[in-house]
Amino acid sequence: MSRVHDMGGRFGDGAVMPDAPNAPIFATDWHGRALAVTLACGALGKWNIDISRHARERLSPKDYSRFSYYEKWISALADLLVETGVLTREDLRGQDDASVHALASKALRAEAVAAVLAKGGPANRDSRITASFTPGDRVKTRHPGGSALVDGGHTRLPGYATGACGEILLQHGAHVLPDSNAHGLGEAPEPLYAVVFKASELWTHPEHPKDEVVLDLWQSYLEPAPEGAE
Amino acid sequence: MWALGQAEDMPHDHSDHPHALLPSDPALRVKALETILTRKGLIDPAALDEIIDTYQNKIGPQNGARVIARAWSDPAFKEAILADADPVLAELGYYGRQGEHMVVVENTPTQHNMVVCTLCSCYPWPLLGIPPGWYKSDAYRARAVREPRKVLADFGVTLPAETAVRVWDSTAEVRYLVLPMRPSGSEDLDEDALAALVSRDSMIGTALASAPSGGSGSITGGSS
Repeated sequence: MSRVHDMGGRFGDGAVMPDAPNAPIFATDWHGRALAVTLACGALGKWNIDISRHARERLSPKDYSRFSYYEKWISALADLLVETGVLTREDLRGQDDASVHALASKALRAEAVAAVLAKGGPANRDSRITASFTPGDRVKTRHPGGSALVDGGHTRLPGYATGACGEILLQHGAHVLPDSNAHGLGEAPEPLYAVVFKASELWTHPEHPKDEVVLDLWQSYLEPAPEGAE
Repeated sequence: MWALGQAEDMPHDHSDHPHALLPSDPALRVKALETILTRKGLIDPAALDEIIDTYQNKIGPQNGARVIARAWSDPAFKEAILADADPVLAELGYYGRQGEHMVVVENTPTQHNMVVCTLCSCYPWPLLGIPPGWYKSDAYRARAVREPRKVLADFGVTLPAETAVRVWDSTAEVRYLVLPMRPSGSEDLDEDALAALVSRDSMIGTALASAPSGGSGSITGGSS
């Protein structure tokens, strides 16, 4: 039920390698091009951020593991462009007819870049769903995890934090629900919280008794913690 | 709205992903896609240059460092940014893509904060720019939540036993910025000099702010 991107807590990855001081922002030129092409294609308006994240997660586990970061981006972008009908498989084979595309009027122009990046894409929304929890409330995350809406679909509840008891730390208001939005099922905004968990609730061998992990979790991921739960 | 995974002819998983039709070398794969999209008028190469220039030269950790230096210098600013960062950052012009909902978390002698995104690589772009390679690495994403102290050791940071570690896994569109402890010996410095002590990694939580001498900051001697 899990996907390979859901790697929090996984063993065996080895040391984290800090970068050299003054390392370039983009290690090679194509990294910057991959980022820029991906952002520019977002302006075509054929998908949202949750759909694009899900496209990367849907890369096969073998590809996801062997691809570098920007390889994931560009490969998932190619998949999305075909899935949304912007490009055809023939286009990708280099057999395109070179005519101007119907969506060309939507293409991001250089003079619009600064404004588009500055505008961003806020995820907070009004919601009819009232907040069930307030800071200090004890909650338990859904178990088993995974998307409740689409089997094998997108969700932002990591596997390591399913079935765990924690405490509401912050209320973020209502935000777009990725589990729905990633599948074109609507934004379905609902209350979002920062929930704090003791490391000992999540890990068999926590490093330190006082350590904690905080996750941002939507209300539908949560239920009240059972009476007496730690 | 186009519904991914809803149409019967569009399953989630493809045994034959379209990306495999492009060249397998990643540099050539990017180039091929850019060429096709440009020929069809779907992207403007000048816009790509502008995006790259923005994140290479305009938006980066110098933005976050200015915010931290100001928070160290101005108690009212610090109180405001810890209480509700968004309006404060918007006023400074540090709002934008991947920084729409900011929360600033303060390091103290009893609590060290560290930020990760285990599911992808979410990161506060308007304040820190594009994330470094290690932030996007499997090793950081996998280990930061389970063994943050061993990860900190990879960065040469050791915390005192009395300091708890709180790791923030960025699972939503909220982005977190660490307010490091002000290093000792920095009492007489102005905001520009203070900003120079604030590294990118110290705002992610994998480093401490630098001591004014240029050595590593002391977590026990810092004041915040």
